[in-house]
Amino acid sequence: MSVTTDLKKEPQGGEPAAPVVLELRDLRVFYGAIEALKGVNLTVRRGEVVALLGANGAGKTTTLRTASGMIAPREGQVLLHGERIDGIKSHDLVRFGIGHVPEGRGVFPRMTVRENLQMGAYRFKSVDKADMDRVFTLFPRLGERKSQLGGTLSGGEQQMLAIGRALMGKPEVLLLDEPSMGLAPLIVQQIFEIVKEINEQGTTVLLVEQNAAQALRMADRGYVLETGAVAMEGEASELLSDPRVRAAYLGEGA
Amino acid sequence: MSLSEFWDFLVLGVVLGSLYAVIAIGYTLVYGVLQLLNFAHSEVFMFGGYGGLLALTALIPESTPSGMGSVAYVLIGMLAGAALGGAVAFGLERVAYRPLRRHHAPRLVFLITAIGASFFLYNLAGKLFGRNPLPMPSMYENKKVLSVFGAELTITQVLILVSAVAMMVGLDYVVNRTKMGSGIRAVAQDPEVASLMGVDIDKVVSRTFVLGGLLGGAAGFLFGTNSQVWYTMGFLPGITAFAAAVLGGIGNVRGAMLGGLVLGVVETMTVGLWGDDWRYVGAFVVLVLVLMVRPTGILGERVGRTA
Ligand SMILES: Nc1ncnc2c1ncn2[C@@H]1O[C@H](COP(=O)(O)OP(=O)(O)OP(=O)(O)O)[C@@H](O)[C@H]1O
Ligand SMILES: [Mg+2]
Repeated sequence: MSVTTDLKKEPQGGEPAAPVVLELRDLRVFYGAIEALKGVNLTVRRGEVVALLGANGAGKTTTLRTASGMIAPREGQVLLHGERIDGIKSHDLVRFGIGHVPEGRGVFPRMTVRENLQMGAYRFKSVDKADMDRVFTLFPRLGERKSQLGGTLSGGEQQMLAIGRALMGKPEVLLLDEPSMGLAPLIVQQIFEIVKEINEQGTTVLLVEQNAAQALRMADRGYVLETGAVAMEGEASELLSDPRVRAAYLGEGA
Repeated sequence: MSLSEFWDFLVLGVVLGSLYAVIAIGYTLVYGVLQLLNFAHSEVFMFGGYGGLLALTALIPESTPSGMGSVAYVLIGMLAGAALGGAVAFGLERVAYRPLRRHHAPRLVFLITAIGASFFLYNLAGKLFGRNPLPMPSMYENKKVLSVFGAELTITQVLILVSAVAMMVGLDYVVNRTKMGSGIRAVAQDPEVASLMGVDIDKVVSRTFVLGGLLGGAAGFLFGTNSQVWYTMGFLPGITAFAAAVLGGIGNVRGAMLGGLVLGVVETMTVGLWGDDWRYVGAFVVLVLVLMVRPTGILGERVGRTA
């Protein structure tokens, strides 16, 4: 992986910003009569880590599911490199370079670690050995458990497997839905470090998290969703020091 | 029952059971990907019988073929049966089930549709081919060719056993070792995540039906060769094979094979011990007893798709 640590950082000052990879425009998404997203706007630039925060039920998962084609928006657009991709089915969309690690990990329980990773490369004719090795380098614990069934892995290992599996599809943008959910702080720390590493190796990341402090420390920019709409957005460092964010998501008195 | 009779019935049971196993695979595959009890699979089996029968009737000469000729006709019959079975299964999924999936119909609607499709298909066959049982054109002289522990097997029985085993081995390979199989297993375990990996669920479902249909159709041909072909011939083997799939753990392919063999053996043993009147009693008593102890079947770890 020789590529692009130079693309990574948000340009400072007057430099031109990196090109937009993923853009959500005025997304409105309904579950029956319930309006889960009420006009969400969000952009992700090449090489960024963008954090998407919000309370339970704010619509974070819905946003990711819409971006990866699992749900069609009623109104609004999803754009990848400026081209509309909403309406394309998720199984076709993987070819466009969107990798989605779903909420709850979605590891195939009766497949081995190796088979799960091979599923990640399903869109390719054959499995790239180098990709598999890269996953085992990022997550040595998976390398020790190649033949173990996914369903018997610990929660942390399952999360690693889910991320590794998404990497097997060579995504340009990686959508991560609460990778820290239900994991011990030490494991969360590890996983965040690896996400950082993946990003430095050239993958753009849109990260949904409840764990706001940790997510913002890693992210370039952040969005805060409240009941289906963007309530705040900005540089991660600004959000991190914003008293409203600190009060609502970091458990501090304002 | 003397020892020699015991061996006779055991060997017969294995032959019958291998057929049940092949049919049961069709139920279990479809259940795996859709959680659907496809009761019309018995009619896929029945059409397989007609497929072989029609092809052979059109091609076979007056006098019974021998040697390589016999082999060729057996292959033709089996392929024709498999092809018609696969085609009926494909059409069934397209016409009956896919529209329901589009509209996210509740489970019960699928079940009623399956039963309706079954009625429709066997009545269609009755209309098309008549309601009298038809003998399969004779492809070879059905001699006894093999003796296992003193039990004599006819060519037909050997043919059934050999082809059933070949189909099971082949199917197991496809499901566990090929990319198509990994798509099927992924959809069975988590369809939503499978689609995130680039698996086209519609395609996988369609292929699963066809795979089950090919096997079911070939089994119909073999069954028809052993007895006759008629429009309701799918009913009892179908129910028994369905029971076999449940016995083995529905959704589990190897479980379906095991369940088929067990029920085949139990069925013939029951007949051996208590006579033909009791034929289906033994098998279903075993089914109920096993499910009382292991509600998920012999190899079933869990029902449905939850991890
Ligand atoms: N399948 C569904 N059917 C009906 N309503 C749904 C469905 N999925 C989500 N919702 C509703 O949409 C809203 C947004 O849900 P979403 O899962 O996107 O929230 P979230 O921000 O990811 O929450 P969490 O942090 O708890 O995962 C919630 O009010 C939820 O109840
Ligand atoms: Mg969520």
